[in-house]
Order: sequence, then structure tokens, then C-alpha cells
Amino acid sequence: MQIFDIFLLEAVLNGILFGGVLALLALGLNLIFGVIDVVWICYAELMMLGMYCVFFLHKVHGLPLVAAFGAAVVLVAFLGVLLHVLVIRPVLNSEPINQLLVTGGVLTFLQAAATLAFGIDFRNLGVSMPSLAVGEISLPWSRISAALTALVAMTALYVFLKKTYLGTAIRAISQDRAIMPLMGVSPSRIYLLTSAIGGALAGLGACLLVLQYDVHPAIGLTFGPLTFMVCVLGGLGNMLGGFIAAFIFAQLIAVGGFYFHLEWGYVMAFGFFIIMMFARPQGILGAK
Amino acid sequence: MDRRWLPALAALAVLPWVVPSSYVVHLLVQVLLWSFIYTGWSLMGRFGLVSFGHGAFMGIGAYAVVLLWNFHGLSPWLSIPIGVALAVAVAVLIGYPCFRFGIAGHYFALVTLALTEVVRSVIVALRDTTGGSLGITPNSVLKDGVTWSVQALQFADKRVFFYIALAAWAFGIWVWHRIDKSMMRYAMEAIGSDEQAAASVGVNVTRTKLAITMISAALTALGGALFGQYQQYVNPETVAGIGVSLQIVFAVIAGGMFVRFGPTVGAVFTLLLTEGLRVGIGNKVNALDSTIYGLMLVLFIIYMPTGILGKLAEKLRRARA
Amino acid sequence: MLELSRVSAGYGSFQALFDVSLEVRAGEAVAVIGPNGAGKTTLLRAISKLIEVSAGEIRMEGRSLGDVPAHRIIDLGLSQVPEHRRLFPRLTVEENLRMGAYTAAARPKFAQRLEMVYALFPRMKERRHQMAGTMSGGEQQMCAIGRALMSGPKLLLLDEPSAGLAPVIVQSIFDLVRKIREEGYTVMIVEQNVRQVLKVVDRAYLLEVGRIKLAGSAAELLASAEIQKAYVGL
Repeated sequence: MQIFDIFLLEAVLNGILFGGVLALLALGLNLIFGVIDVVWICYAELMMLGMYCVFFLHKVHGLPLVAAFGAAVVLVAFLGVLLHVLVIRPVLNSEPINQLLVTGGVLTFLQAAATLAFGIDFRNLGVSMPSLAVGEISLPWSRISAALTALVAMTALYVFLKKTYLGTAIRAISQDRAIMPLMGVSPSRIYLLTSAIGGALAGLGACLLVLQYDVHPAIGLTFGPLTFMVCVLGGLGNMLGGFIAAFIFAQLIAVGGFYFHLEWGYVMAFGFFIIMMFARPQGILGAK
Repeated sequence: MDRRWLPALAALAVLPWVVPSSYVVHLLVQVLLWSFIYTGWSLMGRFGLVSFGHGAFMGIGAYAVVLLWNFHGLSPWLSIPIGVALAVAVAVLIGYPCFRFGIAGHYFALVTLALTEVVRSVIVALRDTTGGSLGITPNSVLKDGVTWSVQALQFADKRVFFYIALAAWAFGIWVWHRIDKSMMRYAMEAIGSDEQAAASVGVNVTRTKLAITMISAALTALGGALFGQYQQYVNPETVAGIGVSLQIVFAVIAGGMFVRFGPTVGAVFTLLLTEGLRVGIGNKVNALDSTIYGLMLVLFIIYMPTGILGKLAEKLRRARA
Repeated sequence: MLELSRVSAGYGSFQALFDVSLEVRAGEAVAVIGPNGAGKTTLLRAISKLIEVSAGEIRMEGRSLGDVPAHRIIDLGLSQVPEHRRLFPRLTVEENLRMGAYTAAARPKFAQRLEMVYALFPRMKERRHQMAGTMSGGEQQMCAIGRALMSGPKLLLLDEPSAGLAPVIVQSIFDLVRKIREEGYTVMIVEQNVRQVLKVVDRAYLLEVGRIKLAGSAAELLASAEIQKAYVGL
């Protein structure tokens, strides 16, 4: 009984750490939805490319890990801008569902292109970090540092949104798009900036995940659906709601996976999502 | 359906006897089955109900039949209706609250996406029964000289399956045609353009949407079941999950979701693309065709959102005018 | 200061303005009055480039607005208080005011202008950390005017400042407009509330079905039989 509880506690703690990373991913997607009113279905695929970037620069070309991380963040930020200019901008005024489907096309494209370019092998970064042992509980440092970094990044973004002119404009644009030019704000420039920030967050997510998971072309499918559901559960565009939803989701997966099997953790999380959509379709924090 | 179509159907029916190889018959069966599934999806999609959940319905149909056969020896003739009923039940379970609470657009797409993933995850998680991500093969009766079994719905000759697929496809087109001529179409069109206005003129929004969703799910589950029977193999990635859902959406958009034969054109187009690449290039094709699919999906939505057949129809109309 | 010559504009195939010519001189307050649907808001939207003009020209201090992008209009000294105020409801009062000072030229003067707006509207200082959407209509109008003043405009464009407000508040809004005039701003105001607005402006134009019907000093218009009959009533 004693041992059992300790392992459960370990699962809960791991859930919290996973929640941090999930919250970071959800934040990027929420930011883009809130500002541009478009869901990047291919968000996790951008992240997958970031993971490959870290892998190749560090493992294959021997760049220091930090430099590889920096490059991945910059690369994915750039990909975000590219996605906006090439794909989103042409459909900005068409039906919402086309905007959703078009990024679905990008998802298929990126995943398949990665398979073509890198093959279906699982690749491990090969950076091993020790674990933090407290009594009988052991938590890998890769997870702890990932969760901490995610927290720092989220705090930094919060300060940016709260304290700067650009940040205020980003929050304002989701409340009233049409009058932004009256303030001297060019919405298309804000969209570009937001796409870059959203991309950078996906890039950062890539750095944190590549320490814990092998890279392969379909890894986006593991994290993508999870990320949308966290966002929708929190209320699309509601960053605080997304943050809370991320931790709920991560706990369901961790504890559900602990009691049954990892897939059942996912089944529970997705099932919970569907039920919550009916109970609170406007998101856990949304007003009726 | 119109009597004019009978000669066309008859012409299609002799196809397997005139084509050069069983490989071509195989392609024809694929086209017909996928056309049927795509048509089923488009019944909803054309009215703006974009679902990413059809992988779930297809998976339920396909797995129900194989599992009931392998574990209970139930003939597909009995298990197909069960699988279809199960898929319809799931569609109601998800659809009713969605429509009742006005979940539409992005949100509807994402809820149905969650459904797909639930079904896929459940299939994988029940690996002791379902074979997990390795998939499962229905127990074959085609041995010791047996070449066909109506009861098991297993036939060594692909041509038999061609007629089953042809019947399914014609049925799908007929359903589309009936809906086109029904009040339901006008109700759905009204809902699609303005839900509140539709409700205010007496359209029962929830019931109409639910009805179309149930029909669509039923056709897709039937398609999934037949597909599994034809392939004699089902796998969570090929009959359930987000990948299949996206494949359906892509093909339909390529062909055109607003015209009756649009989904069929989409199936022909995607299969020609896949097979063309496979014959032309060879082994790495699995990813190459998807790369091109993805790219074309993006290009289609940006430049040709009504699809190949939709665009042709527009051009014809303009030329006539 | 602002000059419109034979301006036509509309939405798609619907034309809302026909050959509108008018002028606002430095230091003046000018009203454009007219019934609902006359094209008054369209006129202001055209000046701010929220819609494109289909013919004619708009000049600000001699400079044609033809090739100026919408978000650069404010740099020319034109600042608009849009119809229905259009505050950012989930930003605080102070954040709304910060959005008013978004342009590069306005940012260094933010603190100074913030004090100026707070001096003009002490109520806004009390409410500076409140969400703008939770304030009363009159307070929101103050905030919207304050936001437009944060860019330090040469010409303030007001779109129906009294619309949707209680009669008691309407009076105080026109007092505000008078106060702003006394601060030395040039004002162009679009209003349906003809009797009230003609008391605070120097000149006015009557716009009907997209065309200028009458023009003259406020006193002349107020005295004209047409205005008396159709707009001032009784």
C-alpha cells in the first residue's frame, strides 16, 4: 500500500511537469487563435520540425545544445511567419472552415515531407540528464527543467502582453479588429508578429520535448490533438483557461495511465474533453 | 433515380470483364468504396458541417464486423447492421449535444476530431482483442479449395466485391439524390446560411442536423465495414484516426463537395495520384503521395475551393449562359 | 485643414456617398447632421480610410490621403472616436488610453498626455484600472474621447457621440465637446441630435441620402425652415 501511494504521487508530479509543457504549447496556439482567429491544426508539426532541427544541429553537426535550441526557436518562428504569409493570408477572408482545413493540408504536407526527408526512424537526441530523487520518488531533470522553462516563458509572455504597446495591441485586436487602424495599428503587421511569437513558442516546445521524447515524423499527431483540446477546453483564445486545462489534461493522462495503461489515459482525457464540451462549450472559464 | 442512369450503371457493371487485369479491378473497387465513404462525408460537409470524426465511424464499422466474426463467428450480414447501428448511436451521442448547444464551425470540427482520437485510442488500448496498432485480420474461410463464402462475405474473386462496391456506391449517390430533392436540403441550406433565421421560420435545427449526421455516419460505417471485408485487414491508422479523417476531407475538397459526383471525382483523382506515383517512382511513395496531397489540399482551398468537378460545373454553366 | 472634394464611396455595389464636398478649417467645430442612413458614418469611415473612396479626393493640410494606408492616417493628425465608442471592453481604461498613444510619435508623450486626459476627465483617473466594458455609457464615451486625444490630433472626428445614451447623459456629452473645443482642438462631429449639436459648432452641413443638401453657419441652419421642420421638430 505504501509503495503504491508513492508511485501514484510520482505519477501526479509527472503530470504536473507534463502540464507545464502542454500549457506552453496551448499558449502559442491560443495566442494565434485569439489574434488571427485561425486555428493552426499543423501547430504540432511545426514543433516536430523544431525537434528535428535540434536533433540534427546537436547530434549530427555537434553544435552546442543551447545554440541548437536557439536555432530551433528562430527556425520555427520563421516557419510560423511563412505559414501565415503563404497559407493563412490568402484565406483570411474566406469561410472559417476553409481556414481550418488549409492548415490540415499543411499538417499532412509537413508530416509526409518529414517522412520523405528523414525517414520513419525514431531518433533520440542522446542527451541524458540525471533524475532528482526525493525518497523513493524520482523525477527526471529533463522534465523538471522543461516545466520550469515553460513557466518562465509563459511569465515572460504575460509581462510582454501586459506591459508593452505591442502586447496591448495583441490583446486589443481580438476584442475589436475593425477599429485597429484608427489606433495607428496595422493588423497585418500584428498578425505577422503573432505568427512569429506563436512559432517561437512551438520552437521552444520542441526544445523541451526533444529532451524527453524521440523525434519521428508522426510525433505531431501525439501532441497536436492534445494541444487543440486543451485550447478548446480552456476556451479558444482564453490563455488562462488554456493554462488550467493543460494541467487537468496532463493529470488525467498521467493518473489514468498510471492506473490502467497510457492509451487509457488518453481515452480518459479525450472523453473528458467531449463531456466538457457539452457541459461548458464556452470553455472552463468562459462566461455563459 | 432517373432512368437515364441505368445504361451508365450497366456500362460500369461490365467493366470488370473488359479491363486487362485483376489489378485494375482492385483499383475500381477501391475507387468505388472510397467514393461511397466520401459521398457519405459530403452529405454533411456540403452544408457546412465539417467533421473530422468520420474516421471514428469508419473504424467502428470496420472493427465491429471483424471482431464479431473472429470472436463470435457472427456473419457480416448480421454484424454490418450492428456496426452501422453502433456508429449511428455514437453519432447521436456526439451530435445531439453539439447541435443542441449550438457547437458549430471550428468547435464542431475539433469535437469530432476528439471523437476520432478516442476511437483510435480505444482500438489501440484494447490490443489484446483488437491487435492494437498492428491491426487485425478476419479469420479466413478461403482455404482447402473454398473460393467464396456468402455467409462470411469473403470472395477470392475480386469481381464479386466489385459488384458489392458498385451497389454501395450507387446507393450513396441515390441517398445524395434523395436528400437533394427533399425538404431536408432546403432546411440544411437555410441552417447553413443563418441558423437563427432558419429556426425562426420553423426549421427544427437540432433534428435536421442530427438526421443528416446519422445518415452520414451510417454510410461511412457501412463503407468502413465493406472496406475492411474487402481488404481482409483493418488497422487503426488506416480506418480510424485523424489521418483517415484528413484523407476524406482532402479527397472531397479536391473533387468538390457541393456536387453529386464531386466526392467520386475526388476518389478517382486521389487514387490516380497515389497509383501513378507508386508505378512511376516506387518504394518511397507512401510519403511522397501524402506530401503532394497536403500541398494540393492547400492549393485547392486557396485557388479552387469548390473542387475539380465544382469548378468544371461552374465553367459549364458560364459557357452556357 | 481637412478638405473633401466630390467624394463618392460605398460598400461593394452599394453607394452611400455621392459627390460630397466639404471643408473643416483650423480651429473650427463643424457638424455633419442628417437622418439615420444618410451616410454620415460612411463619411467618417472614408476620411479614416476604413473604406476606400471610389471617386473624388480627401486632403489633410493639403496632403492627399489617396495613397496613405489606413493605419497611417492617425500620423497626419486625424483621430476618430468611432460610432458606439468601440472601446476594448476587456482592457482597462488606462490600457485603452495606451492604445490611443500607439503610434511611434505619440509614445514618448504618453505620460504627459495621460495627465492631460485625466485632468480633462477626472473620472477616468478614478477608473483607470477598471475594465472599460464595465463602465457606464457616458464614462465609456469619455474614455473613447480620451483615447482619441492620446495621439495629440490636429482634428478630432466624433461619430455620433450621443447615440445610445440616456437624455441626462447626452447633455453632459455635449458639455464635454464644448470643453474640448475650449482646449483648442479642431472638431468635426457627426450627429443626429441636431438641436444640441448646432449649439456647440460653428458651421454645419446637412447630409441626406449621401448628398450635401445644405451648408452654412450653425445659426443659419438652425433658422432654416427645412431643418426646423424635419429635425428640430415641434
